[in-house]
Amino acid sequence: MALRDELGPYFGEYGGRFVPESLIAALDELDAAYTAAKTDPVFQAELAELHATYTGRPSIVTEVPRFAEHAGGARIILKREDLNHTGSHKINNVLGQALLAKRLGKTRLIAETGAGQHGVASATAAALFGMECVVYMGEVDTERQALNVARMRLLGAEVIPVTNGSRTLKDAINEALRDWVANVGDTHYLLGTVAGPHPFPVMVRDFHKIIGEEARRQVLDLTGRLPDAVTACVGGGSNAMGIFHAFLDDPDVALYGYEAAGEGHLTERHAATITRGRPGVLHGARSYMLQDEDGQTIESHSISAGLDYPGVGPEHAWLNDIGRASYLPITDDEAMQALRLLSRTEGIIPAIESAHALAGTIKLGKELGPEAIILVNLSGRGDKDMETAGKYFDILDTAALAAEDEAPL
Amino acid sequence: MSARLSSSVETVIAARKAAGSGALVGYLPVGFPDLKTSIDAAVALVENGVDIIELGLPYSDPVMDGPVIQRATQTALADGFKLGHGFEAVAAITARVDAPVLVMTYWNPVLQYGVDRFADDLLAAGGAGLITPDLVADEASEWLAASDRTGLDRVFLAAPSSTDARLRQAVERSRGFVYAVSTMGITGARADVDQAARSLVARLRDAGSTSACVGVGISTGDQVREVLGYADGAIVGSALVSALADGGVPAVARAAAALAAGTVA
Repeated sequence: MALRDELGPYFGEYGGRFVPESLIAALDELDAAYTAAKTDPVFQAELAELHATYTGRPSIVTEVPRFAEHAGGARIILKREDLNHTGSHKINNVLGQALLAKRLGKTRLIAETGAGQHGVASATAAALFGMECVVYMGEVDTERQALNVARMRLLGAEVIPVTNGSRTLKDAINEALRDWVANVGDTHYLLGTVAGPHPFPVMVRDFHKIIGEEARRQVLDLTGRLPDAVTACVGGGSNAMGIFHAFLDDPDVALYGYEAAGEGHLTERHAATITRGRPGVLHGARSYMLQDEDGQTIESHSISAGLDYPGVGPEHAWLNDIGRASYLPITDDEAMQALRLLSRTEGIIPAIESAHALAGTIKLGKELGPEAIILVNLSGRGDKDMETAGKYFDILDTAALAAEDEAPL
Repeated sequence: MSARLSSSVETVIAARKAAGSGALVGYLPVGFPDLKTSIDAAVALVENGVDIIELGLPYSDPVMDGPVIQRATQTALADGFKLGHGFEAVAAITARVDAPVLVMTYWNPVLQYGVDRFADDLLAAGGAGLITPDLVADEASEWLAASDRTGLDRVFLAAPSSTDARLRQAVERSRGFVYAVSTMGITGARADVDQAARSLVARLRDAGSTSACVGVGISTGDQVREVLGYADGAIVGSALVSALADGGVPAVARAAAALAAGTVA
């Protein structure tokens, strides 16, 4: 069987449904609706129309030669998901799930969010479809991302700060699951990544696989051949699965997922789930996760709120184990340097999440050399990260920064 | 360690039913407010009319639990709860009182400890079995095998939203009792125990259940009496944890006695 045809609920030994019995009926209902929608031309046409007239698809690709000079001279091509409406790939999945929720007669959307990108996308879809929207966000994250909280509220969503546990993304997911258990009759849980119980990992992947399908054609048109490697950042792993999927059965295309290594994957402050974790059950699925010897989840750390998650989607766990994709750590600092480099060399300010993919690509380009073609998923734009970047670079000191940038990396 | 030959939980429930009532199941988490007090509190429950102990293992991501139990288990974790304390507590409680002790745990701690090793150590500590809120029977093959080997009880959940086929599966796979979730929601006291519980228990009877206990939302002796009018047991958690948090062992003992008044026919 082709790797692309894997449909869950299991990817090898990963995936499944580890949830309270109360949710099984809702997951079955969703699975049935999704399975029907996949082959329903009306649903597909509705989604395609939204992508053409609302999301802004197809997203373009941009070759970045000045950036590539710092990456061994390889040809580097960015898939510009940052140009989508709401500023990241997240909208692909949100519109698909919101359409499904409408079909199921649900009138209320709930979502979890870390950085706020998925929350903003969910609030956007709720506004577009006239649905009620509640977004759960860890209290720590509401403080780090106050601007996104305001965006969600402006869009008409209610943002509920989650004050239990570590008060970050994992606790926001717990709280959304609790809400869903209690309100499953009228509520759809719009899970934002390729994790969670079946059918979420496969469904969210399918709503994002358009990224890779477009990009594969675009790279062929531009270069006349497939890329040597495809790279993406991995938190939960939705943008990475979205761009990897179209290439899974192209054996000559290497796939690289870059995890957030925070202060270093050998320190205790990182979010490098596959690099440092081991298999376990979290948020409804079996996959790699960060945990102590008793199976208690360990809090993750990353400068990027969107990658600050101690789990990862089960399909990534499987692709890792079968050797089809490689997962490597990128530190906060490596990501921030790559963010600045792309900004200075190409006039594109990436999200800090996506900057992890860029930092990995710099290393990879140096390994592969100037003949290589590397496709990078630029999953989001950096507007939301200006406060973090401003503090990180102490940007008032502009003269020092400019001098550093003159020196080759 | 030899396997259990029969379910002590089922024996207790049957005896209470034969006496014209049903069983009272009381939940408390290990390690809250500290290990020793949690053991004393569980013993006090039994001494005040609780028939079966449901001992919760604190877990970092308890998606089935409401705020009262979350706060208690988070405190226990912050104070250094380790899985070993769970076995220690089971052994200490069963040494002091006769009531069966079921352990309530999310699945990942068992998986990481090793399913067979967990079963062996629970059996050795004198535990009766496991209640698994986030493990449905469909995903439980390893636990089904380990519990068959050791004779430990395995309590699966049944929900108002479960199909008839799933209720039959829960009944067939459970041993000890089936945990009938009274309402679509998480743990926590509620003024009215949902009407949904009554129809869920009726559906479980149709699916062949002779041992169905209702949990989630029960907090008073009157509610216990009402539930025992149609079910084989009533499970109380948050109300006991609140009492323990507010007034220590004396308060939780009084709360247990008030709940147990509902088991007197």
